[in-house]
Amino acid sequence: MFEGFDAITLARMQFAFTVSFHIVFPAFSIGLASYLAVLEALWLWTGREVFINLFNYWLKIFAVAFGMGVVSGIVMSYQFGTNWSVFSDKTGPIIGPLMAYEVLTAFFLEAGFLGVMLFGLTRVGHKLHFFATLMVAVGTLASAFWILAANSWMQTPAGFAMNSQGQFVAADWWKVIFNPSFPYRLVHMVLAAYLTTAFVVGAVGAYHLLKDSRLEGARVMFSMAMWMAAIVAPIQIFAGDLHGLNTLEHQPAKVMAMEGHYKSHPNGAPLILFGLPDQAAGEVRYSIEIPKASSLILKHSLDAPLKGLDTVPRENWPNVPIVFWSFRIMVGIGFLMLGIGLLSLWARWRGKLHDWKFLHRYALVMGPAGFVAVLAGWVTTEVGRQPFTVYGLLRTADSVSPLAAPAVASSLIAFIIVYFIVFGMGVIYILRLMHEPPHHGEQGPSKDVPHRAAGITPAQAIPVSGQG
Amino acid sequence: MAGLPIDIAVLWAFIIAFAVFMYIVMDGFDLGLGMLFPMFPKKEDRDVMMNSIAPVWDGNETWLVLGGGGLMAAFPLAFAVVMPAIYTPIIAMLIGLIFRGVAFEFRWRTQSERNRWDVAFAGGSLLAALAQGVALGAILQGIHVEGRHYAGGWWDWLTPFSILTGCAVVAGYGLLGATWLVMKTTGELREHAYRLSWWLLVATLIAIVAVSLATPFLQADYWRRWFEWPNILFTAPIPIAVAAITLLLLKSLANKQDYRPFVLSLVLFAITYAGLGVSMFPYIVPQSITIWQAAAPANSLSFMLVGVAILVPIILAYTAWAYWVFRGKVDPSSGYH
Repeated sequence: MFEGFDAITLARMQFAFTVSFHIVFPAFSIGLASYLAVLEALWLWTGREVFINLFNYWLKIFAVAFGMGVVSGIVMSYQFGTNWSVFSDKTGPIIGPLMAYEVLTAFFLEAGFLGVMLFGLTRVGHKLHFFATLMVAVGTLASAFWILAANSWMQTPAGFAMNSQGQFVAADWWKVIFNPSFPYRLVHMVLAAYLTTAFVVGAVGAYHLLKDSRLEGARVMFSMAMWMAAIVAPIQIFAGDLHGLNTLEHQPAKVMAMEGHYKSHPNGAPLILFGLPDQAAGEVRYSIEIPKASSLILKHSLDAPLKGLDTVPRENWPNVPIVFWSFRIMVGIGFLMLGIGLLSLWARWRGKLHDWKFLHRYALVMGPAGFVAVLAGWVTTEVGRQPFTVYGLLRTADSVSPLAAPAVASSLIAFIIVYFIVFGMGVIYILRLMHEPPHHGEQGPSKDVPHRAAGITPAQAIPVSGQG
Repeated sequence: MAGLPIDIAVLWAFIIAFAVFMYIVMDGFDLGLGMLFPMFPKKEDRDVMMNSIAPVWDGNETWLVLGGGGLMAAFPLAFAVVMPAIYTPIIAMLIGLIFRGVAFEFRWRTQSERNRWDVAFAGGSLLAALAQGVALGAILQGIHVEGRHYAGGWWDWLTPFSILTGCAVVAGYGLLGATWLVMKTTGELREHAYRLSWWLLVATLIAIVAVSLATPFLQADYWRRWFEWPNILFTAPIPIAVAAITLLLLKSLANKQDYRPFVLSLVLFAITYAGLGVSMFPYIVPQSITIWQAAAPANSLSFMLVGVAILVPIILAYTAWAYWVFRGKVDPSSGYH
């Protein structure tokens, strides 16, 4: 296994593998932490039992997902040193402080209040407990802020100088953090996290509605998820478009790869819907195109000229087939999400939101869609940045540790085995939790959660319908 | 050793050292408790043990990320040189921490596979502790550096000395875990933890003596640092303090006190940690790279210092609050599962 690969290819495979596994957990926990805060707020505000039941139901799922996010995240932070030590030496003075701030403002906040959130409801009272929930949610968002600042700086570096040791040094921290692509990337990622969670919540709601459409918890969570889809999916498409225009300005070669434009189009570029990019030949075969549409989208003019990869030195090309396809997967899922959002509005207006089997089946199938879209989006932006780690300035080939290939290969094999065992089991446990409907008197942070209804019912409680 | 220049690089060395120390003592008792799982075969005992750290372990572990991330930020050259040198122990530690970390949730989610996650919890804790100790030994014995790169092989970390430090850390973490259990539990569980504390204290002391005797022979500089006149005036209090704390620890175990054995074990760790500092300072990669050579540019250090000065006291405050919320003996029937 992995013979014939050099250390750099292996280090890239290891990073891609571990970061792909990792990213799905924060994407889910960012959205879910906010959702939990909303559920607890609604419970405190309205006193309706269904909200605390849903809170306790999703809290258990959150705890499992969060645990997996934490451990896979620690791997990421140490991988910079083990496999990418030259990158760490050169960019440490800039990337390091951003990540240190992530630890100080986000990780400690999440970890410090997580225990109280999970176990402390009876120990600290409702208001302090809600504060803990809120802090965990704020922590997940702060984490997104810093990690996207660091990533965006690698994509569109700004506010830096070079010192005599060949290190990147901050000249202006404000410009480093608020670099040109950062606002777009942050908004796009946080919305993606919210949509990802909404589609998981919606699918679980739909799953239980298909079995019993009177189940109150399922009705509430499905309705909430569909509001998110209807409102956030169109906003996300708009934000993604703005992000694309920003990328065109700062990373044109990435957009050329996304669009499949190997060749320049001086008189208006077509939009290639589908085709097979051929990296060696530098063309897209069997393409289905809409004439001039790419110029219209990117330049808002039918005849605007667009440059292609033929204007970029060959050694600076990203891998077009990967970027081209991952981009189409992301966009396609975005429109499927928009579709379900619009359908749910129509169903709601007709009063059929909780009874329309087709909508529920559609939502069930779309449950994992957010994860696929997030992964595809990250592949688009990260592979599109190649062959650089710091765009235009530091090559990936010049970032890697001076390591022997066998060392990287054996750690890669170890991570593959461990990740599939550990996270495979974790996903099974999460699915098992989701398979159970949210119960009346759901066991949550503590067995002594005060319930408005008649105390704690046994675990196999009859699903309560039409209450509240 | 007088007249040291206290500049921002030295300040950052102390901040990183503080973060690493916080990690060692806080995750130390978590990992130690995990390693003791095989000594407590009863499911109920294991439930109580796990619940005693479940609300706080995640925060404890975060100090590791601050230590590693802070090293990259404040001393990028040291991070870049050390990490490839201890590649294998770091990967082993990460894998150990993965198994240990997920066990907290996974073992409650399954009846049939609970024993397997208990094994993962204990094995992961042991692997992580051993790997940390081996990494410490590998750093202490020196790293082959050329230019700005690690220039050794990928098995250099494995020596008798690094195995010795690995065992030492396992014994020390075990002592922290056992005395933590004494503090947090009741009944037969606590009695058993007392008995284990004795053995683990003996093992820890043997390890401290062995590592202390071996270290000065690794490098001539360590020898001068510890035994040459007048340095010995400054270094002699360290072994004397170790002896004094050991006596107090023995007494508190004999008197079956609740809190004191754990607190004294923490003090023991602090003293031996200070001893490591004496050996290493002012090098961050022993005998190769000093604090000043590895330090990030001043504007990176001062930018982060603002955050540390404001945020670390806040972090310590809410961490203390979280421990306060879960103070006292663990109620065997508590937990959210």
